[in-house]
Amino acid sequence: MTEQAVTQQAANGPATGTTSSPSSAVDRRDIAEYALRLGDDALVLAQRMGEWVSHAPELEEDVALTNIGLDLLGQARALLGYAGSLTGRTEDELAYFRSDLEFRCAHLMCLPRGDFAATIGRMLVVAAYQWELYERLSESADETLAGIAKKAVKEVAYHLEHARMWTLRLGDGTDESHRRIQVAIDDLWPLVDELFRTDDLEQRLATAGIAVDSSALRGPFDAVIDPILAEATLTRPDVPAAAGGGRHGRPSEHLGHLLAEMQVLARQFPGASW
Amino acid sequence: MESTTPTGAPAVDPAHDASSDAASAEFDAVIAADGRIEPRDAMPDAYRKTLVRQMSQHANSEIIGMQPEGNWITRAPSLMRKAILMAKVQDEAGHGLYLYSAAETLGTSRAEMTDALLAGTARYSSIFNYPTPTWADMGAIGWLVDGAAIVNQVPLCRCSYGPYARAMVRICKEESFHQRQGFEILLTLSRGTAAQHEMAQDAVNRWYAPSLMMFGPPDADSSHSAQSMAWKIKRFSNDELRQRFVDMLVPQAEALGLTLPDEGLRWNEQRGHYDYGELDWAEFKAVLRGEGQCNAQRLTHRRRAHEDGAWVRAAASAYAAKQAAKDDARQEVSAA
Amino acid sequence: MSGSAGGGAAVDGTAGAGSAGGSADPGRSAVPEKAWPLWEVFIRPSRGLSHTHAGSLHAADATMAIANARDLYTRRAEGVSIWVVRSADLVASSPDEKDALFDPAGDKIYRYPTFFTASEGVPGL
Repeated sequence: MTEQAVTQQAANGPATGTTSSPSSAVDRRDIAEYALRLGDDALVLAQRMGEWVSHAPELEEDVALTNIGLDLLGQARALLGYAGSLTGRTEDELAYFRSDLEFRCAHLMCLPRGDFAATIGRMLVVAAYQWELYERLSESADETLAGIAKKAVKEVAYHLEHARMWTLRLGDGTDESHRRIQVAIDDLWPLVDELFRTDDLEQRLATAGIAVDSSALRGPFDAVIDPILAEATLTRPDVPAAAGGGRHGRPSEHLGHLLAEMQVLARQFPGASW
Repeated sequence: MESTTPTGAPAVDPAHDASSDAASAEFDAVIAADGRIEPRDAMPDAYRKTLVRQMSQHANSEIIGMQPEGNWITRAPSLMRKAILMAKVQDEAGHGLYLYSAAETLGTSRAEMTDALLAGTARYSSIFNYPTPTWADMGAIGWLVDGAAIVNQVPLCRCSYGPYARAMVRICKEESFHQRQGFEILLTLSRGTAAQHEMAQDAVNRWYAPSLMMFGPPDADSSHSAQSMAWKIKRFSNDELRQRFVDMLVPQAEALGLTLPDEGLRWNEQRGHYDYGELDWAEFKAVLRGEGQCNAQRLTHRRRAHEDGAWVRAAASAYAAKQAAKDDARQEVSAA
Repeated sequence: MSGSAGGGAAVDGTAGAGSAGGSADPGRSAVPEKAWPLWEVFIRPSRGLSHTHAGSLHAADATMAIANARDLYTRRAEGVSIWVVRSADLVASSPDEKDALFDPAGDKIYRYPTFFTASEGVPGL
């Protein structure tokens, strides 16, 4: 499916379009919730990437980081648009007029931008996770999700390669860069586990062939990440997993601050067009 | 044949400075025939210096120009506007890079140009020392600042220096969307709520005069213009371009439903152009001297990004050196 | 966006940032930084066309040069293939030799089909 078709379909929704779930037993609200989880991950990360603009270590990298941010923002819009089409809301209503308690992103996405090492470390983990996820989701029985995933998987493959190369450069670069990227990986590692936790909703959708069982992605994820860390001369952290809760209305402390900034103007003028 | 690069620093060679009569005559002939000077051609030293100064200033302007708009990326009021703004600011980084790339063909390295910018010895356009307190500034910058830039830049696509002209062709192609998106932001605000309309008008009030001053001092006071025009780096005078811009703005402002804050603005039947009011050149000079709202802030931001990135650039260089050493070692093994 | 493009708004003089001409230079450390090398970028605009010089960029290694070229020169789908080469590795002819190199080709008019007029009007020639 082309990008346009995906967007169109997301806008139309199943009421008028040819989507979606093969089984009428599937609750549309489940699909909307699932799309929100993926969309919020992409949106919050895109917001963090937007914070890099004009701050990158080199001008060429500024352009590269913005490209990645734009990919993520595009994914967020498609996913929120689809979630909204199932629940009668627009992408902007979902992005700008939900509180942090109503967001469904994993805590890892909410971590502050940090230095370049923190950004690369997170990009490596998230891109590896999203790549495994979208590759499988592109086979989803839900045509809209499958279409979004087919486009996204190419984008995150590039993000993964970008992050991989920089992880190698930082890990095996100077003592300073090695120290920084190791600290970055250590700091984010407690939040990795949340990405691979499944729940009843996801299981219902997975059974119907619509969603991907997150818990099944951990093995493939490790198989991608471990050799990269090893080649970069980095140590895989052995730390307890944090409790998380981002998918269930227990947001990261960082999220409220991010949303305060992102939503401030839209909320000053509720109902306005831009 | 020489092994100096077609784009890197030319060897110090008297033939490259058009001091020898033959070389000088050839340079003059190319300019007279409206031809293009290419990187390794002989050229007068002053021509080279003028170009490096202008191109690096132009590139610096693109890079510093990312900040006033970057200021709103995280707060853009819709996801579509956020995407457009990110793409636009990214284009500015790209345009800065095209221009640094063109300037490097004259033997001045990016590092030298960056150092000069950060040290405060190289210029960038004064317009970026004005702040962007409201979202409507995104519209006003697109419509007025990019609008003025395009009027300035289109003739540069025929500039006598080939790499500069080629960079400008690419930039103009990409930048035509910038002005349109700015216009669209203002139009949406102008037709929006009363508060939105007021926000748009306020932004136009603040950016109108500074955008007219982007064309530089009146012709009578412009120190570099005559020589640059003789060299066909510049094709039209500051005042000619400013007039073209004003003539363009008036009907567009009407379409926006916004007024231009200029009491002297009226159609002059005799000239076939719009007259416009006196500009406050004292303010222009004050901002140029560093007394604008954001002069210090813009440079501090740029310096910090550069300093914060130093360890990253060093890491990449170190990694590349290690990899190259490994490759060499592998080759030696296979040769033995 | 650029204001100074016409050579107007920017005039010679002291710094615009309040620092009087760069006495302090906080952008530099004691040891001068070794800049990433310069690369020339060639883009194939679409299948069937050859690569064309697009410009240059800086990158620490070849992989980064390709990635940077992709992000910088193909943002609007301008290419389907990228070549990069270190600028220092590119060998160019010198403008000083251009007479010797290129003038001799100028008078070989018999290399062009228009030189041969006897066959005019004959089908298939």
